[in-house]
Amino acid sequence: MATDATGYIKHHLTNLTYGELPAGYERVEADGSIVELTEATWTLANSGQEAADMGFWAFHVDSLGWSAGLALLLMFIFGRAAKKASTDVPTGMQNFVELILDFINTTVKEAFHGSSKLVAPLALTIFTWVFMMNAMDLIPVDVLPTIFGAFGVHFMKVVPSTDVNITFGMSITVFAMMIFYSIKIKGISGFVGELTLHPFNSKNMFVQALFIPVNFFLESVALLAKPISLALRLFGNMYAGEMIFILIALMFSGGMALALLGGVLQWAWAVFHILVITLQAFIFMMLTIVYLSMAHEDH
Amino acid sequence: MNINATLIGQIITFAIFVAFCMKYVWPHLLGAMAEREKKIADGLDAANRATRDLELAQQKAGEQLRESKEKAAEIIEQANKRANQIIDEAKEAAREEGSRLAAAAQAEIEQDVNRAKEGLRQQVSALAVAGASKILAKSVDEATHGELLDQLANEL
Repeated sequence: MATDATGYIKHHLTNLTYGELPAGYERVEADGSIVELTEATWTLANSGQEAADMGFWAFHVDSLGWSAGLALLLMFIFGRAAKKASTDVPTGMQNFVELILDFINTTVKEAFHGSSKLVAPLALTIFTWVFMMNAMDLIPVDVLPTIFGAFGVHFMKVVPSTDVNITFGMSITVFAMMIFYSIKIKGISGFVGELTLHPFNSKNMFVQALFIPVNFFLESVALLAKPISLALRLFGNMYAGEMIFILIALMFSGGMALALLGGVLQWAWAVFHILVITLQAFIFMMLTIVYLSMAHEDH
Repeated sequence: MNINATLIGQIITFAIFVAFCMKYVWPHLLGAMAEREKKIADGLDAANRATRDLELAQQKAGEQLRESKEKAAEIIEQANKRANQIIDEAKEAAREEGSRLAAAAQAEIEQDVNRAKEGLRQQVSALAVAGASKILAKSVDEATHGELLDQLANEL
């Protein structure tokens, strides 16, 4: 499909999208002919334009598939470890899972100053899952799309965390938990008070009344910035990393010398990226713990 | 880069994953880990206790060994003393026996000497009588002078 560099990059950055095209939509077929749909149809998008035209009710099949697949893999590994959990000497995978659990447990105990049955498993989920999704970046960019292309799947974006929907899906869930626990711990009045009585307050009732909208604006921005920054940080880092992998992959079609250089660069960037994917997974987990810890704090 | 229903799908997946970890993974594994930690701590404690016990036992054994050595030395000393005593006693007995034997021998010798003297005395008197009788020949009457000669022999 992709012939020139722009096309190649665009192709790599387009998700496999399943959604509904409205009646009367003019589809551009692979051979350039235009087919008008007689009725609204649920179908896979043939191009980025079609995917955009599908509107909100469309699914990125690749992102969802890979993220759900990785989640299932992790659940399988964890579930097996939990099932085999005993006080005997742990071996193999069991040992590894316990190592991760111990690490998460220590981190949560250090950063979270409340008592919650949710935070530690949540941190475990986020760290391992984000790590796995990011780690998909280390598979050479063309391998999986080529394999799927052979089966007639035209688009395949294999790194779920380069999809802004995925990162926002997680950060919005975290945000919902923040709001939930804020209200649960502090009560609605406490939560509203936190939003409106800081950072400016005054003993004078009248002045205080003036401050409330200002405070509300500032605190709302601060509150909303949390999930947005959480999602965009991960997305941005992974997207940029993926983009560089794609640009390096472009060099492979530029002659022997360039391809060799590309190989070296690919290797170097992958090694560096191991750090990035781990760090991003850790940051996402850490910030989630800190945000939830703040939500649990009663002033 | 379109925001679409993938978001909702991801939220659902996330919720399921977290719920799974919360319900099945975390408590099970952490419980097992805590239990194992306790078991290991107990094991280490037991090992420490055993080491201490061993130390005590060794100390005790050493003490007993020293005690028994002392006792043995004491016994040997006593035995030595006893042996010396026995030797001394034996020496004393031997000395007494020796002196007794010597005394007996002395007495016997004296007896023999006396007996010899007696014999000699009698022979001297006989010789004297014989000599005198030869010198005096018939001038001396054996009967009259015999008494005198016996007197002389007794004086020897």
